[in-house]
Parts: sequence; structure tokens; C-alpha cells
Amino acid sequence: MTLSPAPFLFLRAFLAAALLGQSFLAMSAESPVGGKLLLTGGVSQIEGAAGGGLTPWAVIGGYGTREQFGVNVHTTFVRTQDYSLGAYGVTVGLADRVELSLSRQRFDTRDAGTTLGLGRGYAFDQNIAGAKLRVLGDAVLDADTWVPQVAIGAQYKHNEQGAILDAIGARGDSGVDYYVSATKLLLAQSILLNGTVRMTRANQFGLLGFGGDLNNRHQLQLEGSAAYLLSRQVAVGVEYRQKPNNLGFAREQNAYDAFIAWAPSKHVSLTLAWLSLGDIATIKNQSGVYLSAQAGF
Amino acid sequence: MAIAGTLLMAAAPAHADDAVYRAFGGADGIQRVVNDFVADVHADPRTRPYFAKASDKRLRIMLAKQFCSVTGGPCVYDGSSMKAVHSNLKIDRAAFNAVVEVLQGAMEKHGVPFRAQNQLLAKLAPMYRDIETR
Repeated sequence: MTLSPAPFLFLRAFLAAALLGQSFLAMSAESPVGGKLLLTGGVSQIEGAAGGGLTPWAVIGGYGTREQFGVNVHTTFVRTQDYSLGAYGVTVGLADRVELSLSRQRFDTRDAGTTLGLGRGYAFDQNIAGAKLRVLGDAVLDADTWVPQVAIGAQYKHNEQGAILDAIGARGDSGVDYYVSATKLLLAQSILLNGTVRMTRANQFGLLGFGGDLNNRHQLQLEGSAAYLLSRQVAVGVEYRQKPNNLGFAREQNAYDAFIAWAPSKHVSLTLAWLSLGDIATIKNQSGVYLSAQAGF
Repeated sequence: MAIAGTLLMAAAPAHADDAVYRAFGGADGIQRVVNDFVADVHADPRTRPYFAKASDKRLRIMLAKQFCSVTGGPCVYDGSSMKAVHSNLKIDRAAFNAVVEVLQGAMEKHGVPFRAQNQLLAKLAPMYRDIETR
């Protein structure tokens, strides 16, 4: 069995980012976890970028400021009535300008696997490499203007179950999502707002491949988050994410969540959400719990 | 009596919204927060170097005036501009945020409601443009 080149590319890119980050660290002040205010780096969204739970924000992950870099590792667990998802990854923020992330997801079909003819507990594995660039603005400090912080990003996704994806009608096992996010903290109201526009052809975030019989092209999808800061350490919010319908046999609905995020310190944050994902691979009305932990250093 | 009342009201500066000022506990509340803030920036190793040459007495007076003014209180800040005061200190984003954190700590200690804390910070935050020189 030959090893596919993709993991090695990811590893090299990640090492390059880590080495670059090391040189920033050598130049920066002695501050151990970095100079950003608590919760202003967001948490880790489901594909590994800094943001809410479902959608990437324009903030750069980690607590490193302009002269620093920050690293977060995260792990996420989702369980609906018939499916489960586990994910883990690492996010590096450089000079509060560039964010790089690597994430791996495992989508477990559990008993539904039998119904789908895949076998009980059949799992899809997906690797995601993300990059984000802050283009303008400061979500937190530009409190006297409506101008948001804006970032552009891309997420390269590769699903390892190519043969099965082919069998279910997906047109590809890899693809790139492109997005633009605008994020604003309305400090005087303690409210954070985010809007994201994404171009994607991923089915169920890529877990069921890319493209299908209904559509094989990138389509525009809208995403949004609204959060209320209860205290320095706690935020509650809701999110919304549109999903395309590329596979005729497996229609998708838009995803929603309501979350609470708690950051007792800059080293740890926990996010708990109730998540609604609609129909997944013919099994209806999937909703359930989302739990994510993030550690920074 | 009514005329005297009207004259008294005319004498005080009219501030349409001093809700944040009152949430801080007025002049006394602000001074308490400021006094702790000045002590804390000397105690915190991240912020200490930037305040080493400051006159604490002047700092306590001027900060109280500034906070009172931006929260809608009956004060006028008559000190130097933020740019002038901070020009030689080589303040970067990490240092600016460290000062914000110390201020948050002082406000927290005195039970200032979180919303009011953010309303003060919303007035102070944009000053980063004049304060940061690195």
C-alpha cells in the first residue's frame, strides 16, 4: 500500500509554519501566551479555523499579537441521533495577520452505516488544511467605526474514502472552499457579529465528497454568527450555515447551532452547543450535541 | 422655588447620558478604579516598564478626569493628547492589551458591571491609534 502524498504535503507545510512561527517567537516579548484579550481569538470551528463552532471568523487564531505567534490545539466531538463526528487539529496564528490550520475529521456512520449498505460503523476520514489572511480592520479596537475586521481564507479538504464517495455519486474526493469573513465586536453592546460568504462544492462539509449529480460547481453559501458576551470569560451565541445540495440521493439542509463558550484562561476554552444539521445521507433531522476544547500555548 | 431649581440645573453641565458614569459609582467609584489601576500597572511585569517614569499623582488625577469625561460625567479632560503623552514609550499591541487587562482587573475588583466596563473600553479602545508606536 503506497502512502498518498497529501499527508506529507500537510506535514511539510505545517513544519514550515511552525519554524516560521519559532522565529517570530524569538523576536517577540517574553509573554508566554500572548497579548490578545480573552476570547478575541474565537474558538475552533469544525474545519479547524478560528471562529465560532460552525463558521470561520475574520479573527486570527491564537493569542499572539503583531509581534508574536500563537498556537492552539483543538478537539471536537459531535453526536447526533444516528451519526458521530470526531475532529482534532492545530491552528497557528502569525503576527495577528496569517492563520494556518491542520485538522482531521472522522465521520462515523454507526448503525446508519448498515442502512446505507456501508457496514455498521463505517467511517469517512477527512484532512483539512486551512489558510486565512486578515486583510483589514480590527474587530475589537476599532470601536468608533462600523468597519469590521475582514479576512479571506481557503480550506483544502481531502476525504480518504474515495472509492465509496465514487459509489455514492460524489464527483471528487477533494476540494477547496474559499471564503471571506467580516467580524465586528460591538464593544459598547457586548455583541459580536460575523458574516461569512463561502464558495464550496463540498457535500456535508466534504464528509460525503465533493460535487454530485445535481451540481458539480462551486456555489455561494452564506454563514453568520451572533454572540453576546456575558462576562470576560463567557459568551453565548447562535450560528447559521447554508449547505449546497449536490447529491440527489442525499439532500442537505442548512445547519444551525446555539452555543456557549467558556474561557477560564488564555490556555483553555470549552464550547458546548446544540447543533441542527438537517438530513444526513437520507436519515432525517439530525441534531445533537457539539463539544469542543481548545488549548493554547 | 421652581425658579431657583431651574437656575441650579442651568449651572451644571448638561450631559444627556451619564448612565455609564453612574454605573461606575460616579466620581468616587471612578477614582477608586483609577487608584487601583495605577497601583496594578506597577505591579504587573508586562506593564511596569511603561509606567516607570510616570508621576502617579498626576496619573490618578488625569485618568479620573478622562474616564469621567468619556463615561458622560461632569468633567472635561484638559490634559495632553494621547499621542503626546505616549510618544516615546514604544508601545506595541501586546503592551496596549496588557494595560486593558489590568484595567479590566481593577474594574472587576470594584464590581463595575461588565456592560459598563465594555462601554468605557469602547471609548478608550480607538485610542490605540495614537498610543501604539510599534
